[in-house]
Amino acid sequence: MTHLEEELKALKKEVTIMFMLVHAQLAKANKALHELDKDLAHEILLTEKRVNAQELSIDRDCENFLALYNPVAVDLRYILAVLKINSNLERTGDIAEGIARFLLESENAFDKKLLEETRITQMFDIAVKMMDDISEAFEQENTAMARSIFRQDVFLDEVNRAANKNIAAYILANPANSEQALHILSTIRKIERVGDQAKNIAEEIIFYIEAKVLKHSKKNA
Amino acid sequence: MIDSKNLNLYYGQYHALKNISLSMPAKSVTALIGPSGCGKSTFLRTLNRMNDLIPGVKIDGDVLIDGKDIYKDKMDIDLLRKKVGMVFQKANPFPKSIFENIAYGLRVNGVRDESFIKERVEKSLKQAALWGEVKDVLKKSALALSGGQQQRLCIARALAVEPQVLLMDEPASALDPISTSKIEELIHELKRDFTIAIVTHNMQQAARVSDYTAFFYLGELVELDETKTIFINPKKEQTQNYITGRFG
Repeated sequence: MTHLEEELKALKKEVTIMFMLVHAQLAKANKALHELDKDLAHEILLTEKRVNAQELSIDRDCENFLALYNPVAVDLRYILAVLKINSNLERTGDIAEGIARFLLESENAFDKKLLEETRITQMFDIAVKMMDDISEAFEQENTAMARSIFRQDVFLDEVNRAANKNIAAYILANPANSEQALHILSTIRKIERVGDQAKNIAEEIIFYIEAKVLKHSKKNA
Repeated sequence: MIDSKNLNLYYGQYHALKNISLSMPAKSVTALIGPSGCGKSTFLRTLNRMNDLIPGVKIDGDVLIDGKDIYKDKMDIDLLRKKVGMVFQKANPFPKSIFENIAYGLRVNGVRDESFIKERVEKSLKQAALWGEVKDVLKKSALALSGGQQQRLCIARALAVEPQVLLMDEPASALDPISTSKIEELIHELKRDFTIAIVTHNMQQAARVSDYTAFFYLGELVELDETKTIFINPKKEQTQNYITGRFG
């Protein structure tokens, strides 16, 4: 293995750690939402610092690689993709942190009926799975798996589009629980953005492996 | 426009260039890259028939410059070399003054008008971005110039006879980064008026200075494309392996 390949391998390991951290943050947020586990929510806030530090470390590695190795072709596409993936992952970490903050403000466990009618449970499970799949797609350089993200995101978009109507109906029927319903609406919006970040990451994986730009195209719609 | 079609070159039994078909658009820079011995310099030298004198060389196929086949149409070699200038890896100024180095090509081409020669010397040195540095010392020996200045002097000397094409065989490989940068800037300026082919082992230099890049390997042209395509998304795996340093 050449020195350049060793550097790329080391960078990939760091990005994989970033994927694991962010995936764990999301999975914890999902669990904490169902059980209103405030300890777990608090843990997410603490781990967020590690996510941020990892982001900075990967950015620095990319800068060094660009400056020292002058990458071209697939190596250049890889570094450009990693820079964007890193940023997408950090934002996903922020979303998990945002959800955790909502949970810390909530006093009572969420009404099961509210969770059921808005389909947030299903939505969150799929968002966590998307992060898992996209992590695997990156690790294995599997563009077919990366493309599966576009299909999975359709459900997240659908739940998000129906959210206003579902929440309005719930508040009409349960006016005393309106604050909790608004928290859930806000959380649905956040989970929808997780789907967008996963889609962005999928586009970057396809870009660096196949040199195809899917951003702003209808191919991934 | 330079056009080679099915060009083959043999050094005795050794098949050094294999069926090279390659077009270089006018007033653009084409970089020829590839590992040592791949045929890129041999190809460059076929463009002004510098291989002709090597014993045992056999060339077939066509090389057209502005539509005229330089191997088949009873080409006047002196006229061809006037039209196709060349700059080598190592600067090779004549042991004469700076002025006489530039004037030499004009004089051997029969120009006697001193005011014309003076004018052309100034123009060529300006084109080669050297005028500002030597205008007060034109009578000084060219050998007293620095390596980078000598190389620009050689470029000025090639430009003095107003060629259409400039061939450069690793023109900056022996120069420091500042001189290299000057040569690269110069190439960028010169492509407005000249068609340039440059052989380089420096991938970043090829990426910086050229509009098109041709990758040669074992005497074959593996891939020719716009430089940005070659360096971002080459079509051939061999090209990618070479430019990313994973070759061999």
